[in-house]
Parts: sequence; structure tokens; C-alpha cells
Amino acid sequence: MSHADWEGQAKFTIDGREVVGYKGETILEVARREGFDIPTLCYHEALEPYAACRLCLVEVTTGRRTKLVTSCIYEVAPDIEVKTSTERVIRNRKAVLELLLARAPDASLIQKLAREYGIEKSRYPLVLNDKCILCGLCVRACHEIIGASAIGFIDRGTERHVGPPIERLSERCIGCGTCVYICPTAAITLKDVSKPMPGVHKHPYDYEAPDCSICGEMNLESESKVGEK
Amino acid sequence: MDQLKGLVSENAYTILNEVEEKRASLIAALQELQVRYRYLPEAAMRQVAARLRIPVAQVYHVATFYSAFSLKPKGKHIINVCLGTACHVKGASLIMDRFKRDLGVEQDETTRDGQFTLQGVRCVGCCSIAPAVMIDEETHAHVRQDKVPEIIKKYRPSSPVTPVRHPPEPSPSSQTSGKPGK
Ligand code: SF4
Ligand code: FES
Ligand code: FES
Repeated sequence: MSHADWEGQAKFTIDGREVVGYKGETILEVARREGFDIPTLCYHEALEPYAACRLCLVEVTTGRRTKLVTSCIYEVAPDIEVKTSTERVIRNRKAVLELLLARAPDASLIQKLAREYGIEKSRYPLVLNDKCILCGLCVRACHEIIGASAIGFIDRGTERHVGPPIERLSERCIGCGTCVYICPTAAITLKDVSKPMPGVHKHPYDYEAPDCSICGEMNLESESKVGEK
Repeated sequence: MDQLKGLVSENAYTILNEVEEKRASLIAALQELQVRYRYLPEAAMRQVAARLRIPVAQVYHVATFYSAFSLKPKGKHIINVCLGTACHVKGASLIMDRFKRDLGVEQDETTRDGQFTLQGVRCVGCCSIAPAVMIDEETHAHVRQDKVPEIIKKYRPSSPVTPVRHPPEPSPSSQTSGKPGK
């Protein structure tokens, strides 16, 4: 990463256009401000960048070196050249999307992104059919914004999943539904959070959650799909 | 953390720093516990979280990530049968089968008497003596099937084996503190 000695503003180019970024800003932040389109899945303005999904890949040339970087964590520097949609960038984004599609074929956002990149079917075998793409948005929102840290990642590799510690109702869950709201693939539904409250992700509970006093309904699952962006 | 400097008073900054430092000792703490108990009891994980002032979710995250940590009690002796390429070619799977049969456990299980945990590993770095089996810190070379009983005997307590009766495994329902499963 370019942590060269400079202060204040950096002039550099994105797809040939001159732009200005400030020290500490990431390529993604500047690009979005300037109206460039870079797809992301694990990024959220309100959270620390995490660089997990690899969808925000761009090409950066510094001096004589050109490399692929994740724009959500790569900090800007004077005179870098950023390219957001070279052949190499597209090829790599496609590969990422194909992998995501092999994991979460039913997630409509992934389907949509894949289609945008001309992918109909993933070449890879379906390992497990989970809507969760492990972007960590829910875990980070629960930790960084709510401060409850009621859920976290568990296990690793293909077993990796999100859930409350000890795989049991988390006494720290306040049922706020932030994880539902922020999840890009609707992998967590309101039902997961409110019914077995407090807890997320298919966990047992031993008391009935009250019905909504306005609509009288408890099955909010369909509504939560509204959050599907 | 650096941006915080100046924003918070000197005092608070020191505290935050300290917490950062303590967070770093999570793995060390879990290692200690793993050695002491041969697994990570839930109560211990909760205590670590409280002491280091980090969420239980994060402790559990780390505890389930590294294979060095186990959530189930491990045996007194860890048998690592190498299943790496060289050992595989030399019949490691037969050795593994023999251990399974003689110990009466499957891979990654622990014997009822709590003496042995049987595991498979990928290459322990001594392919020239394949097939290799590591028990605790000791490496056994050119292991043959018929040598397995002898090897096991070396690690069993000398007195005739009266298997220590372990309390029955807590049933899944008691683990979820009596909550009905779905
Ligand atoms: S549940 Fe949703 S927000 Fe959480 S990691 Fe999975 S995809 Fe991301
Ligand atoms: S948005 Fe950059 S890696 Fe996910
Ligand atoms: S493969 Fe067994 S020691 Fe290398």
C-alpha cells in the first residue's frame, strides 16, 4: 500500500479522469464520490472496510507496477492510475461472482450481479446452498454499531458460518434487526431474530415472542425481503 | 487507534491501548486453557471474554477457527497418523484403520477412557520414514500394522487397563440449556 510521504490532497486518475482524494481515503470512497461504478458486497459506509468479498477489485498502477487491489481498503496516493473495468478486472470479478454463485445460488442479489457480468451458471459445483456469503456485514454492524456483538463467525473453510457464540441463544442480542437490515442477501430474516428472540440464525427458543401490536402478525419473513437490495 | 489520539483524554487513551494489548493475548490465553483442560470449556471461554473485555462471540470465533483448539475434551495422548502423500503411498490408511480398530474410535474421536485422541495429519515433515505416526511429541517411523498394538501399549497406563468411566456426554438438549430443538 502506498503510504508515501505526503499530506493533504492527492491528485490521481480513475479511468483516465483526474480526481482528488484526501489522505486516508480509499479508492472506493473517491470513486463513489466521483460517480464511478465499482460493485461491492462487503462494504458499508458506516462500517470499517473488511475486504472479504473481493468484488471491488480495480487495477492500480504505481510507477511501473500494475496490480489488482481491493479498492475498499486501498488508500489513495498522488499519481496512481486506477482502472475500474479493464479486461483483467472484469475477468477477476467474474471469477469471484462465479464462486459466490456456487455458494449462494438462491441469493437474488448474487444472481443479479452475475447476470450483469454475463454469467448464467457457475462452473463450480454447488458445495452448500447457503444464502450467506460471509460478507461479515451483520457481524460487524452488531459489533461496531449496536455494540452488542451477539453474533460472530464460527468455524472455518466450508464450515464457516455466522451465529451466536456457543451456537446458542445469545443473551446479548437485543433483537434490533440490524443484521437483517444490513444483510445483502437476506440470509438472516426477521423471523430468525424476532421469533427466537433473542438470537439469530435458526436457534431454539423456549418462549413465545409476542405478536406485533399493530399488524397482529409474527411471521415477518416476507417483509424482511424488502431489505433485499 | 492512532486517529483517537488527541480526541480522547490521555487517560482514556491508555485504557484503550491496554485493551488492545489484552486483546492480543486471546490466543495465548486459549492455548493455556487448551493445555490445562485438553479442551476449551464454555465457562472458561466466557471468563476469558470477560477478563480481556472482548465479546464471547469473538472468543468463540477464534476458538472454532484454529484446529489447535478443541471444544471437546481431547485424550491424554494425541495420536497423529500421517496421511500425507508419502505416507499415503506407504499405506497410511491401513495404519489408520488399525488404530481405529484397536482403539475402537473413529478419526477425530477420543477413547472412552480419555487416554487417546486419534487424528490424521497431512505430512509431519519426515517422509523418509513413512509411514509415520506422531504420538504427542514422539515420532514413530516405518509403522507397520502389526506394530500398532505395541505402540498403543507403550502409552497406556502400566496397570491393567480399567477404563475410567467418563460421565456420559452431555446430551445436546442439556447443552442448549433445556431449550427444545427445532
Ligand atoms: S448473514 Fe448476510 S450480512 Fe451476515 S455474513 Fe452472511 S451475507 Fe453477510
Ligand atoms: S467491497 Fe471491497 S472486498 Fe468487498
Ligand atoms: S507424508 Fe507423512 S511425513 Fe510426509
